[in-house]
Amino acid sequence: MVSKPHGGKLVRRIAAPKTRERILSEQQEYPRVQIDHGRAIDLENIAHGVYSPLKGFLTSDDFGSVLDHMRLSDDTPWTIPIILDVKNPDFEEGDAILLYHDSLPIARMHVEEIYTYNKKEFAVKVFKTDDPAHPGVARVMNMGDHLVGGEIELLNELPNPFAKYTLRPVETRVLFKELGWKTVVAFQTRNAPHVGHEYVQKAALTFVDGLFINPVLGRKKKGDYKDEVIIKAYETLFKHYYPKDAATLATVRYEMRYAGPREAIHHAIMRKNMGATHFIVGRDHAGVGDYYGPYEAWDMFDSFPDLGITPMFIREAFYCKKCGGMVNAKICPHDKEFHVHISGTKLRKMIMAGEQPPEYMLRPEVFEVIRSFENPFVE
Amino acid sequence: MAEEKKYTTVSIPKPLYDKIKARIEGTGFTSVSDYVTYVLREVLASLEEEEKEEVFTEEEEEKVKERLRALGYLD
Repeated sequence: MVSKPHGGKLVRRIAAPKTRERILSEQQEYPRVQIDHGRAIDLENIAHGVYSPLKGFLTSDDFGSVLDHMRLSDDTPWTIPIILDVKNPDFEEGDAILLYHDSLPIARMHVEEIYTYNKKEFAVKVFKTDDPAHPGVARVMNMGDHLVGGEIELLNELPNPFAKYTLRPVETRVLFKELGWKTVVAFQTRNAPHVGHEYVQKAALTFVDGLFINPVLGRKKKGDYKDEVIIKAYETLFKHYYPKDAATLATVRYEMRYAGPREAIHHAIMRKNMGATHFIVGRDHAGVGDYYGPYEAWDMFDSFPDLGITPMFIREAFYCKKCGGMVNAKICPHDKEFHVHISGTKLRKMIMAGEQPPEYMLRPEVFEVIRSFENPFVE
Repeated sequence: MAEEKKYTTVSIPKPLYDKIKARIEGTGFTSVSDYVTYVLREVLASLEEEEKEEVFTEEEEEKVKERLRALGYLD
């Protein structure tokens, strides 16, 4: 049996067709609030149960409890505040409002509470820093001064060029069941796969029935692989190097917070809701710069005996010239001089220079896919 | 900001309290309360995991399977 949804029940907050039609026909009557791309994606994730048990944006009780205790007010583990900020609310508690991204109505929200918060406290508790150079902190500091809590109903989704690859929890759960997987390990990624990734994924797969590769699609930084490159690279890798009945690939849209250890727990909860029983926690998972220790996220899992998904801590892989293969620090006895670490930055530079990386770093088939794109990286 | 998390008192036998206190020395647990909270959360979570829950109806499941077949995820 795959993982039970977080909080016990898979949330679905999609407006029924008739309700949706009625709301849209009456949309002029609702107070209108503009939301950014990230909040629109959060709404999708709430509505499809990726963020179960959340049914909407956090109210102050839950918000405070998440900041202080990394749990919702009912004690359910929850580490990242999922919140809606507004600058000057022109509506009141008890109102129903419509949330728009540009001209597209995304959701109706029942305003349960409007409250203020301390941005610096938020930043320090979630990101462990108030350095504005941290992308998560910078975002918090630019947020509106009020937060709005309450349940939502999804009306529309943002256009999704990768809809074919986007599976919702209800779909991944059925998929795993049909594939006969009782234990499933999920791997989150934002990169085209190199051999180090493959090693970690296959090491994890050794212990479970199925491997679920779940790339995060969404806004990216300059120099990141484009979404279509990541998908095509994985499709090629699957075709040539992965067992067909034991690995699958689907994407999820999500805005990275770069909250390191706290976000690692959040990523695990998202995959638990998709049905995964295990989750690979990488080195410096969801980190940025040097704000978090390389294995700090691993320690964070000790605080959650009730998380309901098993973390798999697999050490970073590297190539050892003496061993003649991919290894990790625990299993290789040789000196550092024989080790070749696979750096994403180094690979990127080689690819940009048109140079083919050695096979022990990047599968030639994956290189061909990346090379087939005129510009595989975000500009 | 939300108010402080609410706590309540639960009684446990004194010898058990003493045993736990001795056991957590030198560990990451800073109090017996922390340890008891940790253990109870773990026990409750494992009990909840055992409870079966039907997430969707057969009809919904069939619709999902159709989509998964159309997308090539299922044969």
